[in-house]
Amino acid sequence: MNDALRILPEIILTLAGILVMVADALMGKSSSRKPLGWLAVLGTLAALAASFWQYQLPAGTAYYGVVQTDAFSVFFHVLIAGIVLASLLIVLDAVTPQTEGLGELFALMLFGAVGMMLMSSAVELLLVFVALEISSISTYIMAGYRRKSAKGPESALKYFLLGSFATSFFLYGIALVFGATGTTRIDAIAAKIAESNTPASLLYVGLAMIVIGLGFKVSAAPFHVWTPDVYEGAPSPVVALMSTAPKAAAFAVLLRIVYGAMPQLRADWVPILWWLAVISMTVGNLGALRQRNVKRMLAYSSIAHAGYLLVAFTALSAEGVAAASFYAVSYAAMNVGIFAIVSHVGGYDDQLTLIDDYRGLAYRSPLLGGAMAFFLISLIGIPFTGGFFGKFYAFAAALHSGMVWLTIIGLINSGIAAFYYLRVVAALYSNPAEAAPVLAIPKPSLPLLLAILITAAATLILGIVPGSVLSAARGAAGVFTSVSNPLPTDPGPPATTASR
Amino acid sequence: MLNDYILTAIIFLPAVGALVVAFLPRQGRVIQGFTLLVTLITFILSLHLPAHFDYARHGFQFEENRPWISSPAIRYHLGVDGLSLWLVLLATFLAPIGVLVSWRAIETRTKEFYFLFLLQQTAMIGIFVALDLFLYYGFWELSLVPMAILIAMFGPNRGRQAALKFFLYTFLPSALFLVAILWLYAKTNTFDFVQLQNLLTSGTAFSPQALWWVSLAFLVAFAVKVPVFPLHGWLSDTIHEAPTAMAMVVAGKLGLYSIFRFNLGLFPAQSRAIAPVMIVLAVVGLLYGALVALAQTDMKRLVAWSILSNLSFCTLGIFCFAIAGLDGAVFQTLNEGLTGGALLVLVSLLYERYGTYDMSLYGGLAAKLPMLATLFVITSLALIGLPLFNGFVGEFLVLSGSFQVHPGWIAAATSGVILSASYMLWMVQRIFYGKQSSLIVNRPAFDLNIREHITLWPMAVLMLVMGLLSPYWIKGIQSSVMQFSSGITRSSVIAPQPSRVSYVVGEVSATRGPSSHKKPSRGAQ
Repeated sequence: MNDALRILPEIILTLAGILVMVADALMGKSSSRKPLGWLAVLGTLAALAASFWQYQLPAGTAYYGVVQTDAFSVFFHVLIAGIVLASLLIVLDAVTPQTEGLGELFALMLFGAVGMMLMSSAVELLLVFVALEISSISTYIMAGYRRKSAKGPESALKYFLLGSFATSFFLYGIALVFGATGTTRIDAIAAKIAESNTPASLLYVGLAMIVIGLGFKVSAAPFHVWTPDVYEGAPSPVVALMSTAPKAAAFAVLLRIVYGAMPQLRADWVPILWWLAVISMTVGNLGALRQRNVKRMLAYSSIAHAGYLLVAFTALSAEGVAAASFYAVSYAAMNVGIFAIVSHVGGYDDQLTLIDDYRGLAYRSPLLGGAMAFFLISLIGIPFTGGFFGKFYAFAAALHSGMVWLTIIGLINSGIAAFYYLRVVAALYSNPAEAAPVLAIPKPSLPLLLAILITAAATLILGIVPGSVLSAARGAAGVFTSVSNPLPTDPGPPATTASR
Repeated sequence: MLNDYILTAIIFLPAVGALVVAFLPRQGRVIQGFTLLVTLITFILSLHLPAHFDYARHGFQFEENRPWISSPAIRYHLGVDGLSLWLVLLATFLAPIGVLVSWRAIETRTKEFYFLFLLQQTAMIGIFVALDLFLYYGFWELSLVPMAILIAMFGPNRGRQAALKFFLYTFLPSALFLVAILWLYAKTNTFDFVQLQNLLTSGTAFSPQALWWVSLAFLVAFAVKVPVFPLHGWLSDTIHEAPTAMAMVVAGKLGLYSIFRFNLGLFPAQSRAIAPVMIVLAVVGLLYGALVALAQTDMKRLVAWSILSNLSFCTLGIFCFAIAGLDGAVFQTLNEGLTGGALLVLVSLLYERYGTYDMSLYGGLAAKLPMLATLFVITSLALIGLPLFNGFVGEFLVLSGSFQVHPGWIAAATSGVILSASYMLWMVQRIFYGKQSSLIVNRPAFDLNIREHITLWPMAVLMLVMGLLSPYWIKGIQSSVMQFSSGITRSSVIAPQPSRVSYVVGEVSATRGPSSHKKPSRGAQ
């Protein structure tokens, strides 16, 4: 029983998902599936409450030590539940009663969330892999949900092929780590590495493969090529979910592995992450500059944001882990928010996704336009928004660790990024082109308003009083004792020495 | 009691007003009236500052200092000194005028306009009073957004491009500025201006090379905002495309104030070291702006270039490091905000009447619009620096204070004064005198109405009052400038013949005897 409490949110979501599926099968063919969505919302709310409740559990493991509930896992549980909640609301707004397979979509979102939550609490690499698969397979299906348009299946197929390739890298990495250390438990791996003075070279290969696998999941460059196509083809409400929650979960896994299992190898993985961060930021921002489609632009921007998050990773301090966790929250808030609007404007079929389609949106609908401008401003990183503090903490942590060059590259990148976000803001507030087809934008529905309210409030609160979330993120970072008491003999990666 | 919260009230009253505006109905002139009310109350509140300011005291007054975010240690620290006092007043004074100017000029999308207008007001005042680097940076960045959106919304021809240009010009250097702030925090664990000032001016814990880069990051970010000569690319387009109320406040005071506060306040040695470069840039900008202004046919662009020229004057005053020059620079910053703003208002009134900025289409307007012509001439004379007007005081202080330091460059700068007289008077001549053009003849003449009188006369009167009673302003400015300059090198500021700008700072005051002053100016060449 005690063990079950440690995976209570996952259990609730699973039950809710099954309930949705069963109810879907029992309902008449023509009846609206929207009530199922509200059922899913209720289930997610319960899971969210359960996640918060888990804060009062003492940190500990369950089921023979494969699942660990601690401040870190709970932090990501809450985040994932929040994202799923907002995404469900967005789906409820976007779909019509005629949309195909709606019940399954809701169920898949819940099942996916189970996988993502498990990823953040698993401390046994094989369970991590299983959780990753649960999450990935749900998202593969969701990506191809618009079966009738050519882009839907293309998106799903691309995502699936590249995704399963990456997952196999991850699995192979686990196998090699097992070969090198004889265990797949994260704490045991750390102990094993600490014991032996010269880690086996197998371990390095394993680590590299794990990083590649997860790099794909978080869409860090150079493993990012799938991102724009998949985002473009998938329905926007689904993109809201899959551009944030699986990434947050994958980052949680990466944090667990590199900080939890392999703190001794920091001299080796910090340069790798350093380069991943630099390449992701640069590729993402330069790629986004050329986009005319808002969804593709946001896809490239998500690559860049993965880079910013990796900046916090490389800081090698509790502050850095906290900054990364905080960044995940602030990015999720603003990105889900912006996709709520993209989804509403474009409709389920994504009719309007070009930047030019957004011209004058702020006049047609001051609420949608204003909210979108607000989220874009947060993505730029203007103060008093969550995006600013996310970047601020990330770069402050990096600078604190002496990574001056990384900080400079990152902030120059955020300057470049301002250009393409601002182009959309300017479009929102300029007159529509004469020849532009004016497609009617439906009035925002209640779920959409709720979704925008949740995300905008979160973005604003993170920007004005970031204290509470930051202290929660600090608590999460405190789980990794390796970084709160750094080893004195830190050789330092080449990057830090170059930063003089 | 009021002293403890006055600054918070002045900053956030416009922001609260903005929130209310968002919910006001769009009918009639409810929004305009409400915004005017908010800005007037803000102005009246801000009058509390000079009334209760203790001119004898150094340091910051009306301070508020509360923790905001515990880690990193960000504090909500506000305060004014003689430097920021008048700039706050200028900002709050120009706000109701901005509303009046926009009264008829902005007929559509009023809610968006006034919402952003008030937000911009909050950001600007915040910049002047924030004493926590982080808080300051917050307001600094915040000030970009309303401005950029307003330019995009209301730019008549190329608003979107101008907005992007403006935003990127300012945002890119401020990214490096943020690196510098974070670096300082990483080294000192504080964002607090006063603490940083103590640490930086006394401490030797910093490597000079690193400090040099940090100060440069600060300076570039501010110099773009001023703008200083090669970084002025955004100015002309921005002023041309921005609504008048925004164009009035976009250039000058924010950047110049920041140079004063942070570059001189935190990095006195580095500022002195870079002074020769800045002086050259200032003089070049001064002459270049004036010459380009001479060549303009579009009067709004002419005003934009004259603003560049005048602002270079302020930069010059700052970097000559003579106390009269520093006084003059601050005073001139105020002048520029006032006269430049008034000139933009006048130009926009002409545009509202005749629908063009092209001067060649005007002529002989004085006979038809005598009041407008009168005010235009008053403003032009103030801008040129005619004695009795404020411009004279500022220019005189800058030139006389700095002449002993860099006679060659100042002589060149003086010719800028002549050029400014040329382009201004030529503009007045082309618009108001001579033969009446067909445009003027064919249109019915509407001289100033009551609203426009109310808009313009306070500025015109203030130009005269500031010229006649300049000591009232200078005494406040002086108290803070003294404090800054004592952080520089004492001898250079107080001695009648200041020592040359030296590349090796710190030992200057101790080693240089009076005889060494006769050395030729290295810095000036």
